[in-house]
Amino acid sequence: MQNEGEIRIPSGCAITGVISKSGERFSGETAIRSIEPMHDRSNGLGGGFAAYGIYPQNRDLYAFHVFYDSARAKEECEQVLQTSFDVTVAEKIPTRKMPQITDEPAIWRYFCLPYEKLLQSTGLDEREFVSRFVVKINTQIRGAYVFSSGKNMGVFKAVGFPEDVGRYYRLEDYEGYCWTAHGRYPTNTPGWWGGAHPFNLLDYTVVHNGEISSYDANRRFIEMFGYRCTLLTDTEVITYIIDYLNRRQGMSLEETADVIAAPFWSEIDAMDEADRKKFTYLRNVYSSMLITGPFSILLGFTGGMMALNDRLKLRSMVVGEKGDRVYVASEECAIRTVAPELDRLWSPRGGEPVIIQVNEGVRI
Amino acid sequence: MAINYNIPEYDVLRDPQRCIACRVCERQCANEVHSFDPDSGTMKSDESKCVNCHRCVALCPTHALKIVKNPDTFRLNAYWGQNDISEIYRQAETGGMLLSSMGNPKPYPIYWDKILINASQVTNPSIDPLREPMETRTFLGKKPGAIERNPDGSIKTDSLPPQLKLEVPILFSAMSYGSISYNAHQSLARAAQELGTYYNTGEGGLHEDFYKYGPNTIVQVASGRFGVHHDYLEAGAAIEIKIGQGAKPGIGGHLTGAKITDAVSRTRMIPKGTDAISPAPHHDIYSIEDLRQLVYSLKEATEYKKPIIVKIAAVHNVAAIASGIARSGADIIAIDGFRGGTGAAPTRIRDNVGIPIELALAAVDERLRQEQIRSNVSLIVAGGIRNSADVVKAIALGADAVYIATPALIALGCHLCRTCQIGKCNWGIATQRPDLVKRLNPDIGYKRLMNLVSAWQHEIMEMMGGMGINSIEAMRGNRLMLRGVGLNEKELEILGIKHAGE
Repeated sequence: MQNEGEIRIPSGCAITGVISKSGERFSGETAIRSIEPMHDRSNGLGGGFAAYGIYPQNRDLYAFHVFYDSARAKEECEQVLQTSFDVTVAEKIPTRKMPQITDEPAIWRYFCLPYEKLLQSTGLDEREFVSRFVVKINTQIRGAYVFSSGKNMGVFKAVGFPEDVGRYYRLEDYEGYCWTAHGRYPTNTPGWWGGAHPFNLLDYTVVHNGEISSYDANRRFIEMFGYRCTLLTDTEVITYIIDYLNRRQGMSLEETADVIAAPFWSEIDAMDEADRKKFTYLRNVYSSMLITGPFSILLGFTGGMMALNDRLKLRSMVVGEKGDRVYVASEECAIRTVAPELDRLWSPRGGEPVIIQVNEGVRI
Repeated sequence: MAINYNIPEYDVLRDPQRCIACRVCERQCANEVHSFDPDSGTMKSDESKCVNCHRCVALCPTHALKIVKNPDTFRLNAYWGQNDISEIYRQAETGGMLLSSMGNPKPYPIYWDKILINASQVTNPSIDPLREPMETRTFLGKKPGAIERNPDGSIKTDSLPPQLKLEVPILFSAMSYGSISYNAHQSLARAAQELGTYYNTGEGGLHEDFYKYGPNTIVQVASGRFGVHHDYLEAGAAIEIKIGQGAKPGIGGHLTGAKITDAVSRTRMIPKGTDAISPAPHHDIYSIEDLRQLVYSLKEATEYKKPIIVKIAAVHNVAAIASGIARSGADIIAIDGFRGGTGAAPTRIRDNVGIPIELALAAVDERLRQEQIRSNVSLIVAGGIRNSADVVKAIALGADAVYIATPALIALGCHLCRTCQIGKCNWGIATQRPDLVKRLNPDIGYKRLMNLVSAWQHEIMEMMGGMGINSIEAMRGNRLMLRGVGLNEKELEILGIKHAGE
């Protein structure tokens, strides 16, 4: 059987996310409890979490989370890492032995920063340097896979049901101001941990439910800009597109959403002149980054979260608010489990981004 | 009299029970196949003149006529076919090059027919074009590499290089006034206007009556520079530099003096009755850097307001050539495959030079992506697109849009008799004879063209919906939506698709 990256595997999924607008940190238990009632939306072949604000003591350092299939892969990867990065901490990520989680790779965490002089000599900005470094490790070192590479955030994922994955990683011991979670229903059975979600690049994480029909058009286009889609998953290509538009092209998240879930021409033609010009421009210039087919995605980033449905809303997604917390999930039950009484609950329209950011001035 | 070694290719079968000797066939046939014998009061045929254009069959009021392949054969030979022998006889008799028209008819592989299209099942839904928007609009032209912002932070939208807006990704390919008739040109121009797409003047200039269709016209600049002047360049929505043609890569064109009538002479700006000969190369383009100069000369002449298309024939190193063109300042590349039609070409060239458009397109699209310059240009492919499925496959392989010409002529009545070069087109298309031209009614012609393209558009929308795609641009280059059948590893590799079952 072919592994992730050798074949494209469509999958159905469950997603959930919760953020505190005041930047209050809360334990991963909330995210675990939220994803648990959507058990039947996954099939035990992948689950994971993204957590923001969990490493305040190392907030200025990149936190690399790495899977190793072998001691050789670890040795090789660490050697490469040490030539480019000043590594402050190298440690095993704590886990809890559980019968539900098997075949675990070695899972390590590194807090580090690229060497200043090396960075200057490349002429790249720090984030571009780090993103290229991660792509290099993941494509060139067999058996090593960096699955989390942002600052003051981390991804935790495995093959298994998401609630088990959360407990395996002892997420109740971490506190963050924003959590997203993913349960996966792939349509075959790859046993590779790297294939679980969230997918991450720098501090961007994406959890996604859907199967995009534009996949290969998007993939072949984004690969022109130095990205390598090695996993052949939707989530990977969506993350790269967001990274390209938001970070490299300097677009706002709203503009990014306007490209990937663009309004229909019939809507654009009916807009006032300024909007019509803007949307026509974005659809024309970035047409290869339009994403079609069903998707609901939760994008996590430093200081916020964006929820977005495909323009026909072919996947369920609801948003709930209670006090300073905002919840987004595939199903309402995931929200009601952790916040039974809500101030507000609604279904965003297809293509309409819901962007929640931590209040201004809050240190995160 | 010298012996005629050839046997007629077709037989004219006339049912004497049905024929009423009304002489319609006689009046309709410019090739003078039919004649009336007053002695017997019956119709006679000289089938040696028949090109099988089916004009007489279509107009016979009693359905008395059938044109069939002549069962008479030379002695059968698995190596020396009837055609091979006949062509030798003709050349031995005349000493001339053989001429033919329309596209390469030989049984080379048809890759379109070895590619299959995907559809959604269970894991993602198909989309019903009757219930949901299904978008076929696309823009052709160079896309900028980065956004620019106004001082207020809004995105600058007016700095975009010139674009062609198409409501459907199908354009009418170049056919010159001269090679086809006034009425055919008018039909194409009106249809393009109604459909929200473009037709292409070809290399014969733009008739003064058709300037009003300028916003839907692509004006061509070819090696003969016929009819090229400032107003002509200004009239079009885009300018196409024709380097080559799929039916006859590497050679120029030849329109016989017989077709240079008063109006054609005026439009082409050449004397009446003289042969219009386009040189094989542009004599100001002997290299890629020369092309760049012509591209920018045309841009200068039109103040950078019109996209420049460079059209080339699909030849062996087409990917490298396209890469050079994508860096020449051109906005759009048109690639014409070896099945592309022509009003006249040397038979040997038409049948033996060039490569299939499917392979050329796949190679060019992939090469431009590898070199990270795919957004510098849009790609139009031409040469043998037969139906909407070919359009879908072309776009999924990586084309932005397709040019069609042969299907457009067929819609106007062409029966692919492939004898345009003699100028006696009974359907009023490839002729300048007024009595024949008037047989093509542009009021009917443009509606038939609209019908054809609208029908294809609906079929494209159905296929897109089946794949769960609701914008044509999400299908562009989406090669995972294609699978090959009966193709070898190398062919799959070049096409960049997997085999069915994979």
